[in-house]
Amino acid sequence: MLIIGSGPIVIGQAAEFDYAGTQACKAMREEGITSVLVNSNPATIMTDEDVADIVYIEPLTVEVIERIIAAERPDGLLPTLGGQTGLNLAVQLAEAGILERYDVRLLGTPLHTIRLAEDRQLFRDLLTSIGEPTPESAIVETWDQAEAARDALGLPLVVRPAYTLGGTGGGIAHTPEEYEQIVRGGLAASPITQVLVERSLLGWKELEYEVMRDAADTCITICNMENMDPMGVHTGDSIVVAPSQTLSDRDYQLLRTSALKIIRALGIEGGCNVQFALAPRPDIVPWPGAEGATAPPYYVIEVNPRVSRSSALASKATGYPIARIASKIAIGRRLDEISNPVTGRTSAAFEPALDYCVVKIPRWPFDKFPFGDRRLGTQMKATGEVMAIDRTFEGALQKALRSLELGERSLLWEHPSWAEGARPLHATDERLWALLSALRAGTTPIELSRTSGIDPWFTERLARLVAMERRLLGEELTRPLLRAAKRLGFSDAIIGTLADRLPEQVRALRDEWDIRPVYKMVDTCAAEFEAVTPYFYSTYDEQNDATPEPGERVLVLGSGPIRIGQGIEFDYASVHAARALQRAGVGAILANSNPETVSTDFDTSDRLYFEPLDEEGVRDLVENEAGDGEASPAIVQFGGQTAVNLARALQRAALPIAGSSADSIDLAEDRGRFERVLTSLGIPQPPGAAVRTLDEATPTADAVGYPVLVRPSYVLGGRAMEVVQDRHELARYFAAALEERSGPILIDKYLEGLEVEVDAICDGEHVLIPGIMEHIERAGVHSGDSMAVYPPQHLTEPQIAAIVDYTTRMALALGVRGLVNIQYVIAPAIDRTGPGVLVIEANPRASRTVPFISKVTGVPLVRLAVNVMLGHTLREQGFAPGLWPARELVAVKAPVFSMSKLIGVDTYLGPEMKSTGEVMGVDFTFAAAVRKALLAADLAVRPGTPVLLSLASRTKPEAVPLIEALHAAGCPLYATEGTALHVRSLGIPVELVTKRLNEGHPNVVDVIHDGTVGAVINTIEGGRASHLRDGFHIRRAATETRIPCFTSLDTARAAIQALSAPDSHSVLPLSTYREGVRV
Amino acid sequence: MTSATHPRAWLVLADGRAFAGEAIGAVVHATGEVVFNTSMTGYQEALTDPSYGGQILVMTYPLQGNYGVNAHDAESARLQVRGFVVRELTDLPSHWQSTRTLDALLCDAGVPGIAGIDTRALTQHLRAHGVVMGTITRDEPPAVALARLHAEPDYGAVDHVAAVSTAEAYTFGGAREAAPAPGAPHVVVLDLGVKRSIMRHLQRRGATVTTVPHHTSAEDILALRPDGVVLSPGPGDPQLLDHVVQTARGLVGRTPLLGICLGHQVLGRVFGARTYKLKFGHRGANHPVRDEHSGRTYITAQNHGYAIDPDGLPAAVRVSHVHLNDGTVEGLAHAALPLFTIQYHAEASPGPHDSEYLFDRFLATVTDR
Repeated sequence: MLIIGSGPIVIGQAAEFDYAGTQACKAMREEGITSVLVNSNPATIMTDEDVADIVYIEPLTVEVIERIIAAERPDGLLPTLGGQTGLNLAVQLAEAGILERYDVRLLGTPLHTIRLAEDRQLFRDLLTSIGEPTPESAIVETWDQAEAARDALGLPLVVRPAYTLGGTGGGIAHTPEEYEQIVRGGLAASPITQVLVERSLLGWKELEYEVMRDAADTCITICNMENMDPMGVHTGDSIVVAPSQTLSDRDYQLLRTSALKIIRALGIEGGCNVQFALAPRPDIVPWPGAEGATAPPYYVIEVNPRVSRSSALASKATGYPIARIASKIAIGRRLDEISNPVTGRTSAAFEPALDYCVVKIPRWPFDKFPFGDRRLGTQMKATGEVMAIDRTFEGALQKALRSLELGERSLLWEHPSWAEGARPLHATDERLWALLSALRAGTTPIELSRTSGIDPWFTERLARLVAMERRLLGEELTRPLLRAAKRLGFSDAIIGTLADRLPEQVRALRDEWDIRPVYKMVDTCAAEFEAVTPYFYSTYDEQNDATPEPGERVLVLGSGPIRIGQGIEFDYASVHAARALQRAGVGAILANSNPETVSTDFDTSDRLYFEPLDEEGVRDLVENEAGDGEASPAIVQFGGQTAVNLARALQRAALPIAGSSADSIDLAEDRGRFERVLTSLGIPQPPGAAVRTLDEATPTADAVGYPVLVRPSYVLGGRAMEVVQDRHELARYFAAALEERSGPILIDKYLEGLEVEVDAICDGEHVLIPGIMEHIERAGVHSGDSMAVYPPQHLTEPQIAAIVDYTTRMALALGVRGLVNIQYVIAPAIDRTGPGVLVIEANPRASRTVPFISKVTGVPLVRLAVNVMLGHTLREQGFAPGLWPARELVAVKAPVFSMSKLIGVDTYLGPEMKSTGEVMGVDFTFAAAVRKALLAADLAVRPGTPVLLSLASRTKPEAVPLIEALHAAGCPLYATEGTALHVRSLGIPVELVTKRLNEGHPNVVDVIHDGTVGAVINTIEGGRASHLRDGFHIRRAATETRIPCFTSLDTARAAIQALSAPDSHSVLPLSTYREGVRV
Repeated sequence: MTSATHPRAWLVLADGRAFAGEAIGAVVHATGEVVFNTSMTGYQEALTDPSYGGQILVMTYPLQGNYGVNAHDAESARLQVRGFVVRELTDLPSHWQSTRTLDALLCDAGVPGIAGIDTRALTQHLRAHGVVMGTITRDEPPAVALARLHAEPDYGAVDHVAAVSTAEAYTFGGAREAAPAPGAPHVVVLDLGVKRSIMRHLQRRGATVTTVPHHTSAEDILALRPDGVVLSPGPGDPQLLDHVVQTARGLVGRTPLLGICLGHQVLGRVFGARTYKLKFGHRGANHPVRDEHSGRTYITAQNHGYAIDPDGLPAAVRVSHVHLNDGTVEGLAHAALPLFTIQYHAEASPGPHDSEYLFDRFLATVTDR
């Protein structure tokens, strides 16, 4: 059975498809069917060789998949698990006749259904034929048609492009200008140049149903969900509650019946998601039909004939594993034959009953992109999401808020400008806080509902939170008041803030008054049957379902929501940690708040706690697990910075940590202490220091010499990291940083050298280095945004020896037990007497390269690290210290960005991370591996592609060979003013296009938009400020038209090298590359 | 909203377990069999369902009253439950049809309730130990309430049908609306605790519906010249209903029959099957029932504490539907006669509408004759 994954993590297509694919592989294994999996994303569990039987990490193209089909000759293809990417590929494979040629059956969702659900006109015709209402709309393929549709339907209108994920390229148009902009963008975004222009249902309720059907025509509903944000906001950007809260049984069944009718009409065997708009009340929306009609009108908005983000959420919200059951149905099993894996004794043909309330809140990237457009509409902008469960809505909402890990932005956060009265009650990522703020200022819930369109049920609930805030502010903190606050989800920290106590004092009061959370089971059946699934959430109630169990147990702290800088790689590490514990015979307890992931699959661990990963959440559950006995140790090194940041809290609470101690972590992260360690070891690092004020910073920067790299300590993903060119910029950086109240600021000499990264495992005596990775972009581009290659291509023997030596000595000196990631820069000019290797930083935790390096080397990094924590040395595990011999393969990791979804965000590569995902290209040569990585990342440049050049003066000399190579590859060149002069001086023909947007056409933006050029190389002068503004329009235009845009000459060079190399690459299972068997 | 202003209340179970919470609804004691329902919507329909007569209803979904109470969803003229148990009751409902809060409805109907208790713990207790008698009280110490509870008759010892059935025969929908269309089938419903939606479904499909009291004899029913008879759902132990079994026996073979829930159990007894009490019953909107003929599974609404043991059934009566979770009998069909029964609720209300086709099937047997 062939399963197609969804490729890199991008906005609209995230970890939920790793969860789905992994579930599908498990289902195939249970059924005794061999799974062949293909995905370009190495950071996934589904591409593990103990999950799928045969794993291909290859670009997701028709050509590649055809070669896989030819080699593996699968009987069937499961197209519904790889998101829109997988579905689109399945359609292309079928249309190219490949499935027929190799006799591969398309399972689950028939081809005509995939087309039906995606082609707006066919879909509408089908719904009309079964009597299901769709909003008045028009299918539009040209601007002329769009104008006619506008005149016929009237503004505002919703624009939805066909065949795009996450609603890419869509939007709501209120004005003719907006309409034209969105329609043109949507037509460009749609692979079939088609958009749907639809009546706006702003203010209607939005609901979703997850339904399933088998070959016997048994249809069931798994879950319904209600969006707190009314229609108009993409469901991926909405706060969602499950089950629905404001529907009567009549309403609920009306939509349920419709959803089942639709899945039947589509003939799906598997899962399907149906989205509805429901009119809120007759005085807002005129009720059609008979006088006194009791059923409100509704419209079917969208159908996804596949598993989706919503089905992952529904699975986690109910405990019902939709993807797993859907896979079994696809291969012909009937629902009544499959047992409910949660109870183990009842049937999978049933509908889960919840005895709790679930709240999902999206995680948006605007903390990283403060200049992005924060308005929410039909185009999804969130990178991830959190979910929380409680027995009150308020409790679930507050736990979800805590799970977002937004630092200062707690329940009580308000934007400073709101004090003047203007609060953004329209849909933005800040609306929830704005609503609370308005309630605090005395707006009534009904008024708020009128303004925002949010159902009064929700605004009343928010008002209850504000009322409790007032009580906590004004009343004496008694036992009943504290208990009432906890039942509404108030954290110790917020209670402390309001009642003027420290969080620790609130905790002490809770201990004294015996107000502790209990943990209830998610069992799919509201306690009707005994369940075997150890999946728990906290609540303030009487009876605890999660009583401590005997035996050695270790807690793995997960990584929370997917966000830029902390992606699926950390979920990979958490899942492997749980598995390693189980293999070692130790009970694995997992805590996480992310509903998309494999780690929150109840099958992954011995016990799953769906909880916020903050101090209170983790301490409560550790204490619950301990019961009257000793607390189990917690592993903090796999859950990214989320988990590492909890080390100190655990240590303060005298709770044990497995692996590197809190002090070890501090030693690596505290600049001063780390420097002293390096000095004592005689290991060089770029000159620099940690400072707290501008007065300290200025002399430091002067001493090390500009440009300098500045960044706050203790952050992940290079948040707020910048290359600063002069004193003026330094002052500006400090002004902004101090406003955010961060800790010390690190200032380092900025070195434009080759950057190298290693992951290592230390058992206290020995250090194993599974592999060294060399970055393609020079230091200064965040390592998460760099292309990385394994094994290194440019390092000398002495440099490699130095890296091994430094890594070994540092890991030992830092007291690492487990994993450490160290980044180096090769700068012979600074380290004149030594090998020229300088340490940039060390992180005593799993890095985002752990899955990549595990897969290409075959060294099970996480398992080794976990066993080290359990007391087994590397030698006991059969691994000799030192550098693991390099494999014969070459693997290249390339970052993938979601910039087309984020209006107003600049795309240039710099020290701040911007990518959302990654792909891997693996082959036997560097050129082939790079080509595949670029192909998978949509950055491939084909010979003859016209290229636009706009280069910063500083980079012009260096760009000469590159320009010559482009010319040699037959690429027509276009360039902006200065660059064109430069190209001409090389004797190469070039067309000048002006970058002055208001001085005639065609300008740079025109040639990008109209398809004259197919790639852009745009380098920038140093840091932020004015230089950036210049190229901003060029970069945004390239992003919006989805053509490669290189802002680093290094990336461009790699792309052009790949372009001139012979046009062939292998398509082989990962294990074949690793074994070095050339076919 | 359950707030600090609510007085304290207790739910005391006959086995001695007591739950402290906040009083809601009317200021009276209530005693009944404590049962739980796992449906996430439909509290108004459940509270007014006569099959809950004699019972204290626990909703496992924690947030109740969200969409208030309306003029359309009552399944009978009054609240039928003895008491109501919830985790949280809101007094701020939101729904365009809502006319008042659930608490106001309970108060006006004289039904007491309790909120704020750990309903999951209570459900687990009932699951483990079986359904049990209980009492809701607000002014007695639990020990006193327990003694009072022990003095009350057990749920299974009382004929609850007599308390919920109509006193007089009537035409559903009133005389004017129900003026029989020429050729409209006439369906008589034997009211053992009928829900309005059953009659509504029949009427919507063109039938004239006459509803008669539980003690109506077969001869009196046949004298109404029905084209078919529905034996309705209702509360209590079918073993106490010999007189209804007698009536049903007199109807078999003389008119098409549909038995729903208690009506199904009564017809089972007619054919010689024994009935028995389930440990904690089936109450909810998510019960999977397989149609043994088509192999298809339906998600059904259920509300029953007793079931049929198929052992005593003759060859002519086949088990047509089976519960997927515990294999209990969910429907019977007669090989020769126009007669079928279902243990579940085709009328839903609350619950999935997937089985409404059974009313079509029944009316088809009626009009075929």
